Amino acid sequence: MSAWTDICRVSDLVPDSGICALYKGEQVAIFKFETERRVFAVSNFDPIGEANVMSRGILGTLGTDTVVASPLYKQHFCLETGRCLEDENQWLKTYPVRVHRGQIQLREGLPVPEQTA
Amino acid sequence: MKQRVVVVGNGMVGQKLVDNIVADDTGEVELVVIAGESRLAYDRVHLSGYFVDKTSEDLALTDEGFYEDNQIKYSLNDKVAAIDLAERLVTTTSGRKERYDKLVLATGSYPFVPPVPGHEREHCHVYRTIDDLDAIMASADCSEVGVVVGGGLLGLEAANALKNLDLKTHIVEFAPQLMGVQLDANGSALLQSKIESLGLEVHTGKNTEKITDGAERRYRMEFTDGSFLETDVIVFSAGIRPEDSLARETGLALGERGGIVINDQCLTSDPDVFAIGECALWQGKIYGLVAPGYQMAKVVTSHLQGTDPVDFKGADMSTKLKLLGVDVASIGDAHGETEGCKSFVYQDDVNQVYKRLVVSENGKKLIGAVLVGDAQAYGTLLQLKLNGIKLPNRPENLILPATGETNQIGVESLPESAQICSCYDVSKAQICASVDSGCRTPGDVKADTKASSGCGGCAMLLKQVVDHKLVQLGIEVNNHVCEHFEFSRQELADIVRVKQIRTFKELIQAHGRGLGCDVCKPTVGSILASYWNEHVLKEDHVTLQDTNDVFLANMQKDGTYSVIPRVPGGEITPARLIAIGEIASEFELYTKITGAQRIDLLGAQVHELPIIWKRLIDAGFETGHAYGKALRTVKSCVGSSWCRYGVQDSVTTAIYIEERYRGLRSPHKLKMAVSGCTRECAEAQSKDVGVIATEKGWNLYVCGNGGMRPRHADLFAVDIDTPTMIRYIDRFLMFYVRTADRLQRTSVWLENLDGGLEYLKDVIIHDKLGIGDELESDMANVIGTYQCEWKVTIEDPEKLKRFRHFINADEPDSNLAFVTERGQKRPATKDERIELKEVAS
Repeated sequence: MSAWTDICRVSDLVPDSGICALYKGEQVAIFKFETERRVFAVSNFDPIGEANVMSRGILGTLGTDTVVASPLYKQHFCLETGRCLEDENQWLKTYPVRVHRGQIQLREGLPVPEQTA
Repeated sequence: MKQRVVVVGNGMVGQKLVDNIVADDTGEVELVVIAGESRLAYDRVHLSGYFVDKTSEDLALTDEGFYEDNQIKYSLNDKVAAIDLAERLVTTTSGRKERYDKLVLATGSYPFVPPVPGHEREHCHVYRTIDDLDAIMASADCSEVGVVVGGGLLGLEAANALKNLDLKTHIVEFAPQLMGVQLDANGSALLQSKIESLGLEVHTGKNTEKITDGAERRYRMEFTDGSFLETDVIVFSAGIRPEDSLARETGLALGERGGIVINDQCLTSDPDVFAIGECALWQGKIYGLVAPGYQMAKVVTSHLQGTDPVDFKGADMSTKLKLLGVDVASIGDAHGETEGCKSFVYQDDVNQVYKRLVVSENGKKLIGAVLVGDAQAYGTLLQLKLNGIKLPNRPENLILPATGETNQIGVESLPESAQICSCYDVSKAQICASVDSGCRTPGDVKADTKASSGCGGCAMLLKQVVDHKLVQLGIEVNNHVCEHFEFSRQELADIVRVKQIRTFKELIQAHGRGLGCDVCKPTVGSILASYWNEHVLKEDHVTLQDTNDVFLANMQKDGTYSVIPRVPGGEITPARLIAIGEIASEFELYTKITGAQRIDLLGAQVHELPIIWKRLIDAGFETGHAYGKALRTVKSCVGSSWCRYGVQDSVTTAIYIEERYRGLRSPHKLKMAVSGCTRECAEAQSKDVGVIATEKGWNLYVCGNGGMRPRHADLFAVDIDTPTMIRYIDRFLMFYVRTADRLQRTSVWLENLDGGLEYLKDVIIHDKLGIGDELESDMANVIGTYQCEWKVTIEDPEKLKRFRHFINADEPDSNLAFVTERGQKRPATKDERIELKEVAS
């Protein structure tokens, strides 16, 4: 398992919104939920709109899922699993992320589940 | 080989046939259309609108482009002079010859003019074509008094037209009552008294003997009873006659009193010649309404296509309309002439309402009805009659004023085949199918099926059918914003305003649940901005905004943004134009003129936005709010300062309006325009708010729309001065902001507003709700707190922090790729990207 990499300070993130980080050549969208004191990291690439924009989506909840909405075509992606709620064949890669001594840290991403199509 | 079909006549029915054939295109029909008028088909039903706010373009039912796209040969100003039935060949007056396999006569009718001496004088007109209307307008310009001969349906339309042309108007009718065909004596008497109270004079039982020179006015009409009437203009509207002269000369069978005889397939006495519409005689009847003509067009289409042929089985002549502002409806046997029939009558002289039901001898079936002054029951009554539905135990409840008991028949009792909209022939089954396919409101269904988009008489019934279907599907008709708030947008706006709530967090904790989502967050963000107008990038608000608002720019498909500076009224100095050009060329931005008279700069990356805006602000620009649900632009024509025709200074007014309302956040984007004269070069009638100059001031239009579902704006106020206009717009905009749903344009908002335009006028002009001052002061607050969002942003290092692609690196997005087209860049397509990569490696 790879080591944790420092990305930025937690205070660089505006609560309930996202930023984009460059991690080993990959674009990663990192979100901070103020109320739940939680941080999530997923791929910044929107597989439907095909552009690096996920960090600029609006955060929210739908039912029991914590989601980000694509700013391009508004599909919702579950931040825990990367699953697209509107299209079961689309996924965002997710990354282990933690807050450690005031720093946001990332580790190598998990593979996207096998496509069922 | 293709079947060659020649259509003679391009009225509403002839055009309907062409539309039908094109829509069901089997590729087997080659169409030729020969039109006698100088323009293609237009809407004769709404002809009187030409005197109010409609142009011939508005009334047009088709255009040259349609004919060219569908490769239909057509000619205007050309009539068929002869038909050779044996050779199947027509010859036109211009000498052209057209061979046909099938011929369709849709020659319509002509107005009957009684042969009184003097009827051919210069200012004597008929009322049928746009050319007739132009002639009537020209006469009205040099006249003060007008007479309509004929008190039928069309005659009253014509009288309305003369009244709109500011003539003292008289109606002269031969029969003892108005609308003798459709109304019984009592209904007619009430209609007459209503018309007279509007200042028109009605003369019944008058037979015109001759028209001579007048003493006081231009002409004198002398009647057989010795009395006379003086007038400047005369419009004959004494009924129609089928235009059957061509058929007569050709030797086709005609009725005793004219009309081309047709059978159930709409075939004439020649097996290759059809006749449809007002020229056709079916079972001894001429149908002078458009709906039966449309049915005939449908019959002929089915026989031409050969698949699934249908027959003409007669048509219902029931009708509902507004004549001179009076609601009038007539169904079936309005006079109660059926043997043994019985009547229920409700007469209210105070409120001027008359209603009569004619029922069968056993009281079980409705066979006729008359409604004057209040025609709301029309839809229900018509369905009862057409479908032979058994009447309720107390049929009188159908016409008595509501007493708490429901007066409506349940729509569930209507058969699936019941025709709800007769203008567009839409059945209950089609409406239900439309709901099944996802439509959820009468507005959606209207857009999907066209139901209720003709005369609008079935609007109430349509809503009932839609609501009933939704209940059946178990769909709760709810307008909650989303799962986090059990309130509509309007209710949320009321809560925010009344409880003075300033942040999303406060609102969701007190009145919602959960964390919110991408639907409720921007909605609440917009409401907060409408009332308190704080900067959208303030930390409390920034996470509520769509990306366009977060970066104060519009995201494009590749994740880059567009930049649009405000150009108020579309007026720009050469120096500023050069500044835009220099900035665009320095940052290599794709440059395009928008439809709203400003300049769009595309392809800017997040980190470039503040630098570009700093340069624009230094050059004197401010944000154009193109990214927001907000006022976009006020388009203008050059107006009276330069234009030869301009009557008011439209540019100055447009700039004033744009600067007044700039930055106003609203449920959806807002567009406005100001035209300097009635030629309307700024296209104000397609805007949310449109202002058109008149000699005396301004005409104000509201709730127009371009885009996906264009809507012609409604005339709201006439000849008002500038302060009044501004007061109305202040109130109108704030009322819209308060009451509209999320992402509801003013057009749809008005269509869903109970009471419609009249109610809106009551609220805005007559201040019926007593909130006029409040709306104005809310608006004053927004205007007083305006700030250029970009100017504030570039001066604040905190806000600038987010304008970079990576939080931990200075590089831009490496995924972007552009190609050059016509000297400018654009995003590369997927295939082009692959090529670019190959070249690079």
